[in-house]
Amino acid sequence: MAAEVTVTSSDVGLVSQGGARRRPRAPWLRSPKVVAGLGVAGFFILMGVFGPLIVPADPSATSAAVLQPPSLEHLLGTTATGEDVLSQVLAGARLSLVVGFTAAVVGEAIAILVGITAGYLGGLADEVLSLVTNVFLVIPVLPLQILIVTYLGDGGWLLLALVIALTTWSHGARRLRAQTLSIRQRDYVQAARAAGEPTWRTVGFEILPNVSAIVITSFVFHVTSAIVVQTGLAFLGLGNVSDWSWGSVLYWSDNSNAFLLGAWWWFVPPGLCLAFLGSGLALINLGIDEVINPRLRTGLKAARLFGRARAVGNEH
Amino acid sequence: MHFLLRRAIFYLIAAWAAITTNFILPRLMPGGPVEAVMARHEGQLSDQAVNALHIAFGLDPNASMWSEYVEYWRNLFTGNLGLSFTYFPTPVSTVIAHALPWTLVLLGVVTLVEWILGTFAGIVVGWRRGTWVDAVLPLGAFLRGIPHFWMGLVIVTVFAVTLDWFPVSGGYSSDLLPNVSVPFVGSVLYHAVLPALAMVVGSLATHMLSMRNMMVTTLSEDYVLVAEAKGLHRRRVMLSYGARNAILPNVAGFALQLGFVVSGALLVEKVFSYPGIGYVLFQAVHNQDYPLLQGILLITTFTVLIASFLADLAFFALDPRTREA
Repeated sequence: MAAEVTVTSSDVGLVSQGGARRRPRAPWLRSPKVVAGLGVAGFFILMGVFGPLIVPADPSATSAAVLQPPSLEHLLGTTATGEDVLSQVLAGARLSLVVGFTAAVVGEAIAILVGITAGYLGGLADEVLSLVTNVFLVIPVLPLQILIVTYLGDGGWLLLALVIALTTWSHGARRLRAQTLSIRQRDYVQAARAAGEPTWRTVGFEILPNVSAIVITSFVFHVTSAIVVQTGLAFLGLGNVSDWSWGSVLYWSDNSNAFLLGAWWWFVPPGLCLAFLGSGLALINLGIDEVINPRLRTGLKAARLFGRARAVGNEH
Repeated sequence: MHFLLRRAIFYLIAAWAAITTNFILPRLMPGGPVEAVMARHEGQLSDQAVNALHIAFGLDPNASMWSEYVEYWRNLFTGNLGLSFTYFPTPVSTVIAHALPWTLVLLGVVTLVEWILGTFAGIVVGWRRGTWVDAVLPLGAFLRGIPHFWMGLVIVTVFAVTLDWFPVSGGYSSDLLPNVSVPFVGSVLYHAVLPALAMVVGSLATHMLSMRNMMVTTLSEDYVLVAEAKGLHRRRVMLSYGARNAILPNVAGFALQLGFVVSGALLVEKVFSYPGIGYVLFQAVHNQDYPLLQGILLITTFTVLIASFLADLAFFALDPRTREA
């Protein structure tokens, strides 16, 4: 099966690194990429927490100053009905982040449950769970999410987050299953089983800590994709578009043909927030990947270790 | 079991799951699907629309769930997906048949372009690891995080509205009749440039990053070191020893990305009012057109399944291990 042949970078890393020596807890916290990424993500989390409290104006308050480009009075300009764009972006950060993080937490919980169970139990249970995972991987999520959300109607942010979680857990599950399969064969797991430890203990204390890097990277990736999904659904006008989120700002700008009017300040800020948050989170993953798979490292140290000779050779 | 047979069986099961989900979803609605839709429309549905709903959901008041299910399958095989509300009384299958070719051509070209460029860029960036070229990694991560449809909004503002180089929306010039002629095909290509660009930028970055990572991992294998020690030409080491092996997981991963790519494309089409499935989907959402939404879910799933199978064929040709046993 194609899925079984695929090995992601981090899978390889853990396999080659697992050893008797105890690694320091969370070594990736020392990676500059992870620190920078955490900084960016932290900025947006603060925006989500405090954004709605520090808005310069009521995001839904219309005024006579319509479609104003950015000025001192309106730092990010105004909409076609004279609303303050900065206020909308600040107020919208909370809903976007809350949906994104909730969907990622629930989705990752499903991924851990399905992925580790499949990898650890093997046999028929693995066949069935892998099949379900692969089916979810291959069905295009957007039309499915749209259909479910349309049937459910506007059920609030929690329901939306659950729908996103239920339709996007499969990538994480696939990676966790592959990693669990390889860890299951290790001596210390065999020893724990031979010593008669109950399954929940073996899984909780021997397997789970050793897949933590994968859980973290796939959670981080999940947050980004969940926010992108929420934004896309809101952009199409699904859910309650009068609740401010980055997606609903985009929906209203598109609804008024902001791009035809050249009102770039209306739709650029929410998208940029999304892109910066996404790259901050991606940076965290890039850093973690490099820590657990040293071959992926960039920069001088890595060059000296792995690539320098070849890179220098290229120049001649 | 034979690799391709295993995959074929999987795709059949996946198709069955999608079809059955489509059958069950409306039945999970409180009070039954037709009542729920009626309530949503405050009773403002014509008898014909109610009838269309019955066909779309495969509902028959006097039948059991099982016979409804059989009937649902029979309708599927005759291409009967009910009638669209939005384009009433046009059958859903006709609406989709008109829109699908646009999406397929756009997606096909985009996928091919970004995959070839992304793979090649990944090979080069992976080969030159540890040099200044690594600076493209954060840039790639940034581009990957941008939703395709937002990229579309920015691109249309710059290249269509401000610079006026390309048309703002549509699939072809409105003063041409759709036929196979040079001006029409030219107009179609001209209109496809911006939507294609909006999708290529982000997905190219995704493929570049994954190809780069596999390339770097492969290049640290011992056999690559041996190849270099033997004094083989650098290009040969890069392509035949490095890229040849690094590309395998990338081909396998291709199928896993398809669902995302299709989802992105649907939203991009909406931005450009491109006459494909995405635009129809937007209309359907807007009009709560359940039969059309269900039809779109089925047809996009089938499209992805067929494309994944094609990727499997490529994988089968590239990886000798799949031909063993």
